[in-house]
Amino acid sequence: MKTIFPIHRNLSQQLGFGLLTAMTLATVLPIIAVIAYIIVQGAPAISPEFLTRVPNNGMRNGGIMPAIVGTLYLTFGTAIFSVPLGVAAAIYLSEYAADTWLTRIIRIAIINLAGIPSVVYGLFGLGLFVLFLQFGTSILAASLTLSIMTLPVIISTSEEALRAVPQSFRTVSISLGATRWQTIRRIVLPEALPGIITGVILGLERAAGETAPILFTGAAFFLPRLPGSPFDATMALPYHLFVISTQIPEMPFQIQYGTALVLIAFVLGMNLIATVIRSRARARRQW
Amino acid sequence: MKHILLPFLLLTLLFTSGCADSAQAQNNPQASTYIENKGSDTIVNLALAWAERYQEKYPEVRISVTGGGSGTGIAALINGTVSIANASRKIKSEEIETARAKGIEPVEHIVARDAIAVIVHPDNPVSQLTLQQISDIYSGKINNWSELGGENRPIVRLSRETNSGTHVYFLETVLRLGEKDNQTLFATDTLLLPSSEGIIHEIRHNPNAIGYDGLGYVPKDLKVIAVAKEPGENYVLPMMSTVNDKTYPIARDLYMYTAGEAKGALKDYLEWILSDEAQQIVSELGFVPILKYNP
Amino acid sequence: MESQLSWQEFIITRVIKASGYSAIVFVALIFYFLLREGLPTLTEVSAANLFSTRWYPIEEYYGILPLISGSLVVTFGAALVAVPFGLGTAIFISEITPRWAREILKPLVELLGGLPSVVLGFLGILVLSPHLRALLDLPTGLTALTGSLLLGGIAVPTIVSVAEDALDSVPRSYREGAWALGATKWQTIWRVTLPAARSGVLTAVMLGVGRAIGETMTVMMVTGNAPVLATKLSSIFSPVRTMTATIAAEMGEVANGSTHYHTLFFIGMVLFLISLAVNITASAVVFRQQKRAERVLS
Repeated sequence: MKTIFPIHRNLSQQLGFGLLTAMTLATVLPIIAVIAYIIVQGAPAISPEFLTRVPNNGMRNGGIMPAIVGTLYLTFGTAIFSVPLGVAAAIYLSEYAADTWLTRIIRIAIINLAGIPSVVYGLFGLGLFVLFLQFGTSILAASLTLSIMTLPVIISTSEEALRAVPQSFRTVSISLGATRWQTIRRIVLPEALPGIITGVILGLERAAGETAPILFTGAAFFLPRLPGSPFDATMALPYHLFVISTQIPEMPFQIQYGTALVLIAFVLGMNLIATVIRSRARARRQW
Repeated sequence: MKHILLPFLLLTLLFTSGCADSAQAQNNPQASTYIENKGSDTIVNLALAWAERYQEKYPEVRISVTGGGSGTGIAALINGTVSIANASRKIKSEEIETARAKGIEPVEHIVARDAIAVIVHPDNPVSQLTLQQISDIYSGKINNWSELGGENRPIVRLSRETNSGTHVYFLETVLRLGEKDNQTLFATDTLLLPSSEGIIHEIRHNPNAIGYDGLGYVPKDLKVIAVAKEPGENYVLPMMSTVNDKTYPIARDLYMYTAGEAKGALKDYLEWILSDEAQQIVSELGFVPILKYNP
Repeated sequence: MESQLSWQEFIITRVIKASGYSAIVFVALIFYFLLREGLPTLTEVSAANLFSTRWYPIEEYYGILPLISGSLVVTFGAALVAVPFGLGTAIFISEITPRWAREILKPLVELLGGLPSVVLGFLGILVLSPHLRALLDLPTGLTALTGSLLLGGIAVPTIVSVAEDALDSVPRSYREGAWALGATKWQTIWRVTLPAARSGVLTAVMLGVGRAIGETMTVMMVTGNAPVLATKLSSIFSPVRTMTATIAAEMGEVANGSTHYHTLFFIGMVLFLISLAVNITASAVVFRQQKRAERVLS
């Protein structure tokens, strides 16, 4: 009996580990394959003209510059609204809030905001910003919609970053006579900054790649000029990819893949920056 | 709690104060030279080509084009957010009522003509169908290609989404054979694809599929079915000549609707669309120009 | 100086407090809007119509059951794919790989989570759907299955991320105790670590499922959008129409204030309530686990 038992245990361990390895490979390999495929198919389309010219000949030629610029505008617009509000809310939750039922409700609200489907945000944005407040289909309406969607991510990651700062920092600061806000502003916030920045970048990355919230609030198919004011509609990379891959006959595949490549380069680039900031901050941490 | 109210009110005030004049400009599209064009996905490429060419000639006029379906364009016209609604179907009476209730009188302009081609995979042996047969296929009465003389394959029905003018036109003209009281509906398992190109793509890869699309969207490598209006009549392929002499039964006008009569730059643009130069673009894109056929 | 400081501090503190409440304000606002535009549906559409099985709004058929079943089928399929692979990968990363490999694998998986859904939908129609059709000899490749596979791919990074964090935070002493008693690594994972991380893992699964049910663009591009009520298990091989795709496809065309408009907001409300339910359940589960843990440890 004693000799059989160890073999049985080891066998099940080998099998188990083998299964898990296979599963992880099955998860990781497709990711690499997808990105590689898009790079291979799309790279031939990438050229300085592609990135800086406007499209012509019904989108089949020229470049995608307005879409790139549009996405930048939207990302910037989202940042303006969601970052101050989100970081402030995180500061409240981490530094000021007591563990009352009200605080618990706030946390539930944040989790719920995070779970709302992106198309419901689009509906809400349409109802409130486009129609009720009469902003029309505009960068403003789209940015506001995207910022509410990004809020939960920024709040959660920022709060985590703030909480990670050791309590001793705060205690020492208070004991030296600083007020709560002075402590936050000069001690806690700077220490938590890398974590907050990571969260902001990850949130904005998601906003940059979303299509559904901007479908009815700000995206346009073809605009003659770059948007001149926040009340103009704009082209945007995700919407552009959606349109050229589904609406236009005889759209060269290369351009479709090229657009996809630019979009994921933008999004994953942000991801990379955030990851680098996170690891470097972790390495330099003094606690 | 009142501490939330104040900042929120301040923020709202800030936003709404700034939007007043820009909104004015948007709601008065015929006064400025910014023309917003929205609606039918069938027309969108044509509208885009027109916009591009027109802006080359008259750079001070700005024209934007967006798709979304005929229903989308008309709704936007009624909501007051665009100057031109592109539609591949006639405006419905309910839509006219809603528009009038908002003080808008929609004016119709016919800008081109179009044939709806019924398409199948190039390897599909079936080449001709009557209108009734197509209606039966789409309503679910016929489910296998073998019932039509083809191979033993299930029929996969492809259609545009319900917001598409092409969809509505197909429903009224083909499924219901143009009869007002006919209540036939699409079979529930009809795939509703969000765009014309989606239909083309699926048919290219799927020998079981049948779909319909504007002639301008059908690439050379797909097979077009010849259609007969009644059994016994000639089977006709869709092309410019058969649309103009009305022998092809599934042909339609393409429309642009404006809120009230067009004035100023908008009027100039619409007149240009009816010119030879613009209609040349129509035939280049596979649609049927209206000039050659004028009653 | 003192009074100036405290005046500034006062304003800033108030602003921060207000921002803290903002999350509640937004959730309430969204709920209010959905309710305001969605409830009229109940007066405009009869219950028999609303709960019928035909969704054809341009002819006044507003049966939402096929849409709900479509969302459920696709989400269920996605969960079937995402949960095993997600948890398996999470366990692998947390328990089996060495520390350095974790720093590579975890960001790599999170990379997939960053891929925009429209890109996955794009690849779905160009690559996945024709291959699935040929492979499984289906009438068409635009099915719930295609949608589930892609959605599973979208949900996996969320599950891996959260579950891996949960597993990682199980104290080392738990594992060491098990090893000391003679358990193999495998046995330890299944009988000690995983149960200890149960609440975090459950949260991960619920978050992943929540992500799947709310996905819009991918399903709109690859599931065929046919409003068919799913009646049998093999329905996963047929086209379906999800609630999210319906809203995205039809919202543009509705005139402000029409019945169709109200119905779409009604569907939005249903989606909101479903995600609310999932989140509250997840929180309740986590809360109860925490209470249990506190009792055990005290």
